[in-house]
Amino acid sequence: MTEFWDIVLAASFWAAALRLATPLIFGTLGALIGERSGVLNLGIEGIMTAGAMTGWLSVHLGAPLWLGIAVAAVAGGTIGLLHAALTVRLGLSQHVTGLGITLFSVSLSSYLYRLYVPASGSPPKITPFAPVHLPVLSDLPWLGPAFFQHTALTWLALLTVLLVAWLLWRTPLGLAIRMAGESPEACEAQGVSVFSLRTGAVVAGSALMAIGGAFLTTAAFDSFYFSMIQGRGWVCIALVVFASWQPGKALLGALLYGMFDAFQLRLQPLVPGVPYQLFLMMPYLLSIAALVLVSRRARVPQALMQPYRPGER
Amino acid sequence: MRLERRERTPPLLLVAAPMAAIVTALVLCSLLIGLAGAPVLAAYATLFQEALGSRLGITETLTRATPLILTGLGAAVAFRARFWNIGLEGQFYLGAIAVAALGSADWGLPPALLVPLLLLAGALAGALFLLGPALLKLRLGVDEVVTTLLLNFVAILLVSLLIEGPMKDPLAFGWPQSVPVTEAGLLPQLLARTRLHLGFALALLAALAIAFLNARTVFGLSARAVGLGTPAARHAGIPVGRVLLLTAMLSGALAGLAGAVEVTGLKGYVTTDLSPGFGTAGVIVAMLASLNPLGVVPAAIFVAAVFVGADAMARAHGVPSFIADVIVATALLTMLVALFLTEYRVRR
Repeated sequence: MTEFWDIVLAASFWAAALRLATPLIFGTLGALIGERSGVLNLGIEGIMTAGAMTGWLSVHLGAPLWLGIAVAAVAGGTIGLLHAALTVRLGLSQHVTGLGITLFSVSLSSYLYRLYVPASGSPPKITPFAPVHLPVLSDLPWLGPAFFQHTALTWLALLTVLLVAWLLWRTPLGLAIRMAGESPEACEAQGVSVFSLRTGAVVAGSALMAIGGAFLTTAAFDSFYFSMIQGRGWVCIALVVFASWQPGKALLGALLYGMFDAFQLRLQPLVPGVPYQLFLMMPYLLSIAALVLVSRRARVPQALMQPYRPGER
Repeated sequence: MRLERRERTPPLLLVAAPMAAIVTALVLCSLLIGLAGAPVLAAYATLFQEALGSRLGITETLTRATPLILTGLGAAVAFRARFWNIGLEGQFYLGAIAVAALGSADWGLPPALLVPLLLLAGALAGALFLLGPALLKLRLGVDEVVTTLLLNFVAILLVSLLIEGPMKDPLAFGWPQSVPVTEAGLLPQLLARTRLHLGFALALLAALAIAFLNARTVFGLSARAVGLGTPAARHAGIPVGRVLLLTAMLSGALAGLAGAVEVTGLKGYVTTDLSPGFGTAGVIVAMLASLNPLGVVPAAIFVAAVFVGADAMARAHGVPSFIADVIVATALLTMLVALFLTEYRVRR
């Protein structure tokens, strides 16, 4: 029990929890916007990989860090456009298409990375984002290192939560997006194009996912590794359900996940008798448990995964 | 642009669709090969020459296609009933590790008895690993896509735990790999001086069996009805839950069998890189075959050929071998569009 308090009372634990949550916040919000408009984006795992690779590669080739993030967002948005063209415009199966998009983006990212960075001993590094120093707050004892020494991208993630919540609940555009996800016929009857709304939502959401991926290579680490996303995209899809498609709860879910992940990482060396793989399994099993927990009262957008084809029943 | 559903699909179109999809994918990927500064036609020639141009190449391709046929069937069976089993990779590893666990012991059984028992155990392990997601879907409505995807990571970690712990081979110079399966538990070779094993014949038999099951049995037709629409199937008196559960178990068993066959036929032991993505490639194979079990065989051979040939292309022309993954993933996307065009017509 003392170990528990030792871990939880350390400032580094709280810093790590928010750092681990950051890519998930971006990814979950990105998936959430798309699903609110009626489109499940299983391309997320691949889009995060593409964001991680393009963001890193741009900086590696000499771009400033923020330009790298912009490149990642554009790359993600472009892949999102492909997903939207196939699932929204043509109405193809969102499951299979999303998976195809993931396989395509992961393999294309690996291919391009290998093209520009030939195999060598250890992958090259860039100078990643440094923590933002806030006057007074960052220097507070314990609180400073625990909560106020994050990179700009983490602050951007928190800001994005507010922005997405505001967009969805306080603007006409948000209302239209939600309507496209609940009742596309009603949306069309109002003279609002379901195709445009869904395409826009998927593209914007994919850009967010890609920024989440880029956070890993330009802030959390300083290199790109193959398969570095490690299922984070799938976890985001689970978190959207856990959050009942609400941005605030999505933030909560991502933070809980980050705390749990930070906790198991710190617990590992303290219990040497237990194989480390059991600890690494925990986050995945926890995500499944979270899905089961909310399954009974999940309020799914009514038209989620239903293609809209005008004039057809 | 307007899309219009076809009254009926010309049979020629159904055959032409996968061909057109593959050609389009190869043309699109030639841009990437060009980006690498390699001569496109020569590079493709090297790829297919390596994979299909010699006795060794062909047998290597068929060996590689063996697990792909089985995971492809696993995906095809499930997707046909609209059960989205994306956990084939995990079920593959469960099948493999179950066979390694049982097969490394000396049971004193003749091969003719031991091998079928091991394969059965592998299939059972794969099916059981899918039981959880299937029941969660049927009982609580938990989306099976996310649960099966997440369980893939759990499966790999479980295998890693076992081969670094209780199942570790002490003679492997510290490498994490399982104790090998005994001689009596291995599948015989099909052709001398090649790696092609009996598993390939088994995979072909499995394709025939699934084709029969789909077309000629009540279960196969019920699964199709469930895939076309759950409410309609329910009205027709089909026990939807039971059909979906059985379909899921069959799908998991096929993926588990793929793992079992890969261990008993080719590797003899399990490592965490036993599968270079056989599970995910199974989904591609199933879609390229338009979920037709007999189409799975040529689709798997195509995907296997790309992977076998890509290494030679990488050596000869300096194209990163990831091109193989790009080609098959692109083929999946172009195939989805091609399948769409068999059902719809584009009008101005």
